[in-house]
Amino acid sequence: MQKSLPQAEKRGFIQANFVGIMIWLLRIVTVVIVAWGAYNSISSGTYSLSQWKDLVIFGLAQGGMYGLIALGYTLIYGILGFINFAHGDIFMSGMMVGYFVADDLNSLGFWNAHPVFSLLIILAVSMATSSLVAVIIERIAYKPLRNAPRLIPLITSIGASFSLEYLFKGLFGAAAKSYPDMTSIDGFLNIGGFHILKTQALVLGGVLVMMVFLYWFVEHTRAGKSIRAVAEDKEIAALMGVNVERTIIITFALGGAMAGAAGLFYALVFNQVYFLAGFVPGIKAFTAAVLGGIGNIPGAMVGGVTLGLLESLGPVLILAGLGIPSPHQLSDVVAFAVLTLVLIFRPTGLLGERLSQEKA
Amino acid sequence: MKRGFAFLSLLIIAAMALAACGPSAAAPTSAPSGGAQATNAPAQPTSASSGSGGAYNCTDAIGCVTVAPDAPLKIAALQSISGDTASLGTDQVRAVKIAIDDQGGKFMGHDINLEVEDDGCNSEGGTTGAQKIVSDPQVVGIIGTSCSGAAVPASQIMSQAGLVMISGSNTAPALTSVTGSEKGPSWQPGYFRTAHNDRFQGRAAATFVHDELGFTKAASINDGDPYTEGLTTVFDQVFKSLGGQNVQSTAVDKSQTDMRPVLTSVAAAGAQVVYFPIFEPAGDYIVKQSKDVEGFSNIKLMGADGLLSDTFVKNVGQDGVGMYFSGPATPSGDAYSAFVKKYQDKFGEKPIQAFHAHAYDAANMLFAALKKVTVKDSDGTLHIPRQGLRDALYATKDFKGLTGTLTCDQYGDCGAPKINIVRLDDPSAGIEGLRSNVIKTYDYSGGQ
Amino acid sequence: MAEAMNPTPSTPPAVPPVPDEAVRVAPGISYRKAFRYGMIGGLVLITFATIGALQTFQTKSIINGELNLGYLGLGLLPLIMGLLAARMPEAKEGYVQAKPGPRNLIAGLMVGFVSGELLLDFALFVQVVNIRPVFINVSPQMASLIAFGQANQANGLALLLLTTTILGGIGGLLEVLPKAWRSALVGGLTWVVMVGLFDVVFSAFFRGAKLQQIDSFLYSAAGGLHLNGAMLVFIVAASLYFVRESQGKAIGRRYRQLPDPARRSVKYGGLAALVLILLILPELLGPFISEVLDLVGIYMLMGLGLNIVVGLAGLLDLGYVAFFAVGAYTTAVLTSPASPAVAPELTFWLAIPFVLLAAALAGLIVGTPVLRMRGDYLAIVTLGFGEIARLLVTSAWFKPLLGGAQGILKIPAIVIHDFVGAPIVFNTPPKVLYLVALFCLIAAYVSWRLKDSRVGRAWMAMREDEDVAEAMGVNIVEAKLKAFITGAVLASIGGALFATKIGSIFPNSFNIIVSITVLVIIIVGGMGSIPGVVVGAFVLEGVPQLLREFQDFQFLAYGILLIIMMLYRPEGLIPSREWARELHEEEMSQDAWLKDVKQQDDEAAESGAPAAD
Repeated sequence: MQKSLPQAEKRGFIQANFVGIMIWLLRIVTVVIVAWGAYNSISSGTYSLSQWKDLVIFGLAQGGMYGLIALGYTLIYGILGFINFAHGDIFMSGMMVGYFVADDLNSLGFWNAHPVFSLLIILAVSMATSSLVAVIIERIAYKPLRNAPRLIPLITSIGASFSLEYLFKGLFGAAAKSYPDMTSIDGFLNIGGFHILKTQALVLGGVLVMMVFLYWFVEHTRAGKSIRAVAEDKEIAALMGVNVERTIIITFALGGAMAGAAGLFYALVFNQVYFLAGFVPGIKAFTAAVLGGIGNIPGAMVGGVTLGLLESLGPVLILAGLGIPSPHQLSDVVAFAVLTLVLIFRPTGLLGERLSQEKA
Repeated sequence: MKRGFAFLSLLIIAAMALAACGPSAAAPTSAPSGGAQATNAPAQPTSASSGSGGAYNCTDAIGCVTVAPDAPLKIAALQSISGDTASLGTDQVRAVKIAIDDQGGKFMGHDINLEVEDDGCNSEGGTTGAQKIVSDPQVVGIIGTSCSGAAVPASQIMSQAGLVMISGSNTAPALTSVTGSEKGPSWQPGYFRTAHNDRFQGRAAATFVHDELGFTKAASINDGDPYTEGLTTVFDQVFKSLGGQNVQSTAVDKSQTDMRPVLTSVAAAGAQVVYFPIFEPAGDYIVKQSKDVEGFSNIKLMGADGLLSDTFVKNVGQDGVGMYFSGPATPSGDAYSAFVKKYQDKFGEKPIQAFHAHAYDAANMLFAALKKVTVKDSDGTLHIPRQGLRDALYATKDFKGLTGTLTCDQYGDCGAPKINIVRLDDPSAGIEGLRSNVIKTYDYSGGQ
Repeated sequence: MAEAMNPTPSTPPAVPPVPDEAVRVAPGISYRKAFRYGMIGGLVLITFATIGALQTFQTKSIINGELNLGYLGLGLLPLIMGLLAARMPEAKEGYVQAKPGPRNLIAGLMVGFVSGELLLDFALFVQVVNIRPVFINVSPQMASLIAFGQANQANGLALLLLTTTILGGIGGLLEVLPKAWRSALVGGLTWVVMVGLFDVVFSAFFRGAKLQQIDSFLYSAAGGLHLNGAMLVFIVAASLYFVRESQGKAIGRRYRQLPDPARRSVKYGGLAALVLILLILPELLGPFISEVLDLVGIYMLMGLGLNIVVGLAGLLDLGYVAFFAVGAYTTAVLTSPASPAVAPELTFWLAIPFVLLAAALAGLIVGTPVLRMRGDYLAIVTLGFGEIARLLVTSAWFKPLLGGAQGILKIPAIVIHDFVGAPIVFNTPPKVLYLVALFCLIAAYVSWRLKDSRVGRAWMAMREDEDVAEAMGVNIVEAKLKAFITGAVLASIGGALFATKIGSIFPNSFNIIVSITVLVIIIVGGMGSIPGVVVGAFVLEGVPQLLREFQDFQFLAYGILLIIMMLYRPEGLIPSREWARELHEEEMSQDAWLKDVKQQDDEAAESGAPAAD
């Protein structure tokens, strides 16, 4: 017993250092690659300053949407501690139902005649649908598994994701549906030297509004307080008189509503909705949530914006500079690589975790 | 137990080593080297005299299919009938069914039985579907596959089983011939196609862009699909050989939604035209988002038959006005209108994709060849020589089909290499309006 | 106990005596519950029709001319709902189970009636209101299908209502029947459906075994069973189940009473017979079924690998396809003459060591960054790696080495050189099946041994609680890396087999669906359990391949299956003991406590003392 101890210590020392050494190596390699790539790209002068600015705007708008979806992930994770894989499809369902309403409004001529009113209607429809779907899934699939080991609800959410996607495919068909064109938001705006699309401006503005609303809700309403309480400790919150069941339902509804809003913005920017439209944004949004620190509301937005910028700038800034052909194919590679790196260097995400600790 | 385990593992390693080394004589592989396969030179078709009394003696190199007096003639369709590419395959299966109806549902007094399998538009699907079809020794021919990726293994399986396969939509050059003067790497005896070879379409697109539009700087975008990548490769090659400059040859991923960065790249590279022969929804995104990117107002867009569908025209609307497309020449004329009417009556909608007429021609070509080589006994039994059928198909000359006058070459390319360049001027005219708005036709039949 | 709580002496407070014979009966069937089940059933039926399943499933004939899959689905639903509604609620502690009676039947009928009524209303509704622009499958054909295709629609709908009601009633009736009869009925019906649905497999088997007469007796040329064939299958299966229920225990007892040598000879004789059958089975089943089994085998191999990573070590890897791709591409590059950059054209067996090396490297590359990450983060990062793998093999960047979108063609089949005679070329599906089966056996053996080894125990400890395991001396870094490497090695062998089997690989085969499928296989089969992975692979890869016409509904079925399994049987179909114990810990401990209490009660009753608390 005595003899083996120093050896175990030595092994442990090397092990711990192995990890430490690897991490330092990784840091150095990453910095070198990024710097070299960026330097090459910028110095080659292929892109004008306004084009770089454009890329930044694209990234911000895309990132804002990711952030909005990520808010839902983060809320649910904060409360229940698991990843809701079906969240991307909740986002899609609002968008899909919104399409049918938009189509009807368009054929009535209402769509272009009263754009603001129409958008508000679609926003309401989309948010309501997504909320409803989120709550239904929670009641059917997640509630009975409240106390199961973490893996089980995760698998269930994968099942819920598939079910939603292919249910919608069966109901509404596989063809992509296009939102009708809204002429009043076509075209560009010029704000402070930034050449920005009207739809992007709308999205950025809308995301900001939603963020503010969410912040107000979580910080200054009773329901929000109960959410924070349940996120901190479910049992104690119940002991203190918080209706945990109702809080959970409210959380899902809220997260769903955020996703529904994101759905509308997505539809405005990309116009098309089909049954798999939620799959990739769902994964990206989850990546954003983790990037920012899961369970952390501002973190979701920070993560979203960061991810959007990375996807937009990464291939052009870094990959092209390294001489990699067809870099845009690999924008997801950049996103996931950055996620991995962030989680290695900062395992709790950029802004750290915990929904309830923001006050502290 | 531990020792036993170690011993066992040692035994396994030894066995593997033994298996690896051995007489280094060239091991017969199952790779399509074409060496030991039946010859592809069109041999004399075996006698097709019908009604010859007496026992039929099968002298065919591969073998004969005997169809009993009350049994059906079995053909199969291996198409992509589910998933994202379902419209491509469904369209062609329907065309084959119409071809069967045109024959009266009967061939030489026997019912025609059509077995439909799904190729899944990938290699596993092609393999499994082909295996299912060839497990029935009564099947004489296959109309398929939809996707070139599925065709590579499927053609190998069916060729080894002695069948013939005619595709209405495979366009990858590797399946028949890449250069036009030698077999392609995936060539199989017994494989034919009525669709064009992609080396023609890429060529037509590049030639049009350079000669007709007068551009010297082009960009190309593919989506990682073997079909689109093959097309852009040919486009780039031909464009360069004509003296143009490929300022950007890049790719996107099929699942990408934000195309603005790549479009910014293209604009920054100074392209005058961008050729993106990809599919929906990525194609839709590119068209719509090109309006959002600075500097793109002067860049011409050009797609291919992947986007020649009704949903694309509807989704893109006004944003796509002025866009060009390359695609197989759509048939026209009375025969085609009659076909479209039959299609509509039977299935309740117009033909969906661009290759329905090719599939129809493929089925009819098969029937024509069968008629040439089948021997019918007095009691109604049919004898179909397999190699004879292949030879008859290779010998197809001046076959009048909807897509043109088809002649099969030694590599299996039977398609009339006619490529149309169309332009979208009026979205409200729908896909028919688009397809009929032909700006230029390139006809490569009769030589390179 | 009572004495300890109430220190007051002798006379207990006046409590009305509870007569011993008063048997407290648990509440029986609730009609409200039946009504609710009926409503749910009706909604599900409507959804079934609206997503187009009813129409698509019509194409598959179960019993030719009588029953097709669409109507089977339509009928199965009221049956199952009736069964569920009529199930006697479990008696709680202290209560006695009520006896099944006519109430069950009525409940079942009610369920059937309500669900049929809803569907009927829906059929009438869609005739009046055109919802086709939104719900694309709601066409006049669908309405007429619901009415059983009868020309007179009122008749058809009435027939529908009658059918669902009767089926619901049968579901309820099943609860009333004695166990043997119920088992026979259900078993017989299940087998009829199986034999009808998987006619391809059975047909191929009979034809391969030269038993064409059985094949033509059972199956009609137009697809599906003959009515006579169906009845034969039903009678045979039902009788076998009946015998099993009634005599099964007796047979088991007799087997256990056999003297040792006799028992051993029975066991080994059975095993030998099984092995013999398995050896000739591939050739018997023909190329198509062998092809399907090849794919099942490859997924089984991957399942065994992921089983180690997720099931034993508790590391949720959602990007398993990356290792699959590594194996396939390494093999392709090393063995194919068409490999773009380097074409050493090694034989398969010479390439295997390199494949294993590449896999180990990949496992290291994936495992090292995630060493410090927790469960959920690990999941998303590994998902990312899977996507990165797919994008890299498709990319133009790696095209010079890996062929890009065009893939790598002309991968040669596996060859074994025989020193006498001709080499054996594995180029037909049955032959490949032998190889696949061999590798599966090796993998299963390795998994089994690993489970009981030091590494295996380290993994399981790590899975339970990482910090405690580390405190107990488990080297977490080593254990995690070993888990990833082992999983990678197994998956890469699967990839190598896949590449040589198909002969060409294209990047679109290496997508996230593969990862998810393998995960679902081990979850549904039973995590941590090897027989579970085997069963899971057959169910989740074999069945979809056999029912390829319904591929559109495959993922919907996956999703629903996952949800149902997680809700009712999270340990999987064939669970491993540890996992089942962990998941049902509460119930098991409650049962044990209950048994203990009952025992104490009984003992107390015997000795006459008052019952314990």
